[in-house]
Amino acid sequence: MIRVVLPAHLKTLAHVSGEVKVEVVGLATQRSVLDALEARYPMLRGTIRDHVTQQRRPFVRFFACEQDLSHELPDVSLPDPVVMGTEPFLVVGAIAGG
Amino acid sequence: MSKVRVLVGTRKGAFILTSDAKRKTWNISDPLFAGWEIYHLKGSPVDPNRLYASQSSGWFGQLIQRSNDGGKTWEAVGNQFTYDGVPGTHQWYDGTPHPWEFKRVWHLEPSLTDPDTVYAGVEDAALFRSCDGGRSWQEFAGLRGHDSGPQWQPGAGGMCLHSIVLDPSNPQRMFIAISAAGAFRTDDGGETWRPVNRGLVSPHIPEPAAEVGHCVHRIAMHPTRPGVLFMQKHWDVMRSDDAGDSWREVSGNLPTDFGFVIDVHAHEPETIYVIPIKSDSEHFPPDGKLKVYRSRTGGTEWETLTNGLPQSDCYVNILRDAMAVDTLDSCGIYFGTTGGQVYASANAGDTWAPIVRDLPAVLSVEVQTLP
Repeated sequence: MIRVVLPAHLKTLAHVSGEVKVEVVGLATQRSVLDALEARYPMLRGTIRDHVTQQRRPFVRFFACEQDLSHELPDVSLPDPVVMGTEPFLVVGAIAGG
Repeated sequence: MSKVRVLVGTRKGAFILTSDAKRKTWNISDPLFAGWEIYHLKGSPVDPNRLYASQSSGWFGQLIQRSNDGGKTWEAVGNQFTYDGVPGTHQWYDGTPHPWEFKRVWHLEPSLTDPDTVYAGVEDAALFRSCDGGRSWQEFAGLRGHDSGPQWQPGAGGMCLHSIVLDPSNPQRMFIAISAAGAFRTDDGGETWRPVNRGLVSPHIPEPAAEVGHCVHRIAMHPTRPGVLFMQKHWDVMRSDDAGDSWREVSGNLPTDFGFVIDVHAHEPETIYVIPIKSDSEHFPPDGKLKVYRSRTGGTEWETLTNGLPQSDCYVNILRDAMAVDTLDSCGIYFGTTGGQVYASANAGDTWAPIVRDLPAVLSVEVQTLP
């Protein structure tokens, strides 16, 4: 199981609190984790990445194991601790006021 | 006894204000979709418990929410707004070609006959329709594909399709307006469109009487007279008596003919309301005095309505979707401000009182009159 931490607004939207866990078939990558996340929580479709291009939205970043994974290719394997479930995959909204 | 439900979209969530027909005591809901921009929410005329809301965020994009119980519970439905075919370009502010990019839904207009059908006006300007309660959306590509499309330019607020007016007497006809392209009409259910801007004059554009390029802020219609349209343009209040084929100015004695909102009394098709705003740069009421203007003659002759409205130190704006009327007798008039106040008049504008004073900046106000 892959642990995913969502930003507050998306937790509210998905009606979850705390971390969510998703089952990924095959290699755990950004794409496969987001595919699994959107399959389980369809209301998140389009909020993290574009429906059509699958590009990460500009004010959303991905982190794990104290690394910024935002610019990694979507089909690259996630770090081992994320795959093993000892560290979460973090979806982070850019910090901004207003 | 009848009830009134006011749907308020703000910069930081939606609020539902409810009252009985006296409209003196109001219940204010907790914030819905707290922290998100709610550009617009509106109920179906045929099923008032069916509501649609446009929820958006600079971080997480566009969502459409739907309620089947008058706003008690909500469900996120479809949010994929994909332009039909290759989007092409419109003009950017500096006149250079700029690709069409979906940004947000400004206005949701439920069908007059089917609660599962709803129209969405979006930025960059296009019209979409859902026939399955908001689950999926299809573009009316003939509008954006009009020959003039590559010449359209955004207004200061973005190139938004903000007005959708359905003709109750002719399901094939509807009107839309775009800042800053102008007004368009379809007579074939949305397949083809033509500009309906003859008579509009905008001195700040290269060709002041051009076919397109006018910054229309809002269009209003009384349902019993679908051929008569009223328009608040960037400058000028306008009227058409031939379904948009031609327009004439009815600004008359208004202190400034700039503003955003315009609406029509529910029972008097010649009684209309505007809120003049000082421009080009300030965008607040002249002299810090908030005044609604009412014309009982379909324009040109205007009276000032100030009873209950702040007459000093008031520097708010009233955005284009932020005025609405109920259908009670007497007609109630409502508007919301960027200062977070929602004002109501239960007597057609003669006197006003705030329903609520301290909401986030109000983006839209709609009213449902319930049995």
